[in-house]
Amino acid sequence: MATTSYLVLAAIIFGIGAAGLLIRRNPLVMFMCVELMLNAVNLTFVAFSRQLGDVGGQSIVFFVLVVAAAEVVVGLGLIVAVMRRRQGADADDLRLLRG
Amino acid sequence: MLAAIQWNFGVESVTFAIAAFICVGGALGVVMARNPVHSALSLVATLFGVAVLFVIQEAYFLAAIQVIVYAGAIVVLFLFVIMLLGVDRVENFVEERKPLSLAVGIGFGAALAGLAALPLLVDANTKFTGQKAVKGTLDGDELTRLGRSLFTDYVFAFELTSALLIIAVVGAVVLSRKPEGDPIDLDEFPPIEDDDDLSVDETFDEDGLDVVDEAGDEAAAEVAR
Repeated sequence: MATTSYLVLAAIIFGIGAAGLLIRRNPLVMFMCVELMLNAVNLTFVAFSRQLGDVGGQSIVFFVLVVAAAEVVVGLGLIVAVMRRRQGADADDLRLLRG
Repeated sequence: MLAAIQWNFGVESVTFAIAAFICVGGALGVVMARNPVHSALSLVATLFGVAVLFVIQEAYFLAAIQVIVYAGAIVVLFLFVIMLLGVDRVENFVEERKPLSLAVGIGFGAALAGLAALPLLVDANTKFTGQKAVKGTLDGDELTRLGRSLFTDYVFAFELTSALLIIAVVGAVVLSRKPEGDPIDLDEFPPIEDDDDLSVDETFDEDGLDVVDEAGDEAAAEVAR
């Protein structure tokens, strides 16, 4: 199975995630789209890790997972803090945070 | 030998096709679902698909971590926040179609189970893929190599992740703590009915944004008339 297949699939998922990040205005859904993009990158790392015979790619995926977990914790904390001030806020309302 | 390789190639192709279909369908579901809960469940589908792709690339440990951390922890965190904020009620459920939901759920579960069991059903002793797995420079199986890589080449980054996790936890606690002396009354901030008429500004009046000045000016103009 060619590495190309995995790379094309990862590109498609990354594209969908990026499009969703741009289209959707619900901050929670935007966060999920970021997760999609991170997963696409992980897929690329694992595919290249197998093709090149280097386990380093899998190590990087491990770190990406940890960073994604930390990012979700902080990001959801921010969303909860914003939503407390104003219920039903979407990304457009966050322009009020501008200085 | 050659036939075996061709045959393995076929197994990987079929598994890849099904997993890729699940991945792309789930990704589209995340983007297009009107309800955030449906987006979160579609995200689970994509994460499972990526876990299957990790398995057929012989990254077994990462596949397990993917299911445990992503599907088990992160998506549950998403669902917690969705339920906590009640944003799942913003968009109305059209109507509940229980038989369809049931069929879809069972079908999806069966498909995933069949996908996972596919190589076992055919032949338990056959290597999963026709391609060589990760070799690395060290001896041992896949997990051993990954562990050695983490604790030798990447040990400094590994130690830094512990600091990162501590910082994230502290940050989450600080963010979710109520400010002292100024308890937030949720009734004070009722949900805004109409999003488009900038009624947001009324909510923030007491915060002293400059919008208040404009409102004040308008009120003054009103009085002057």
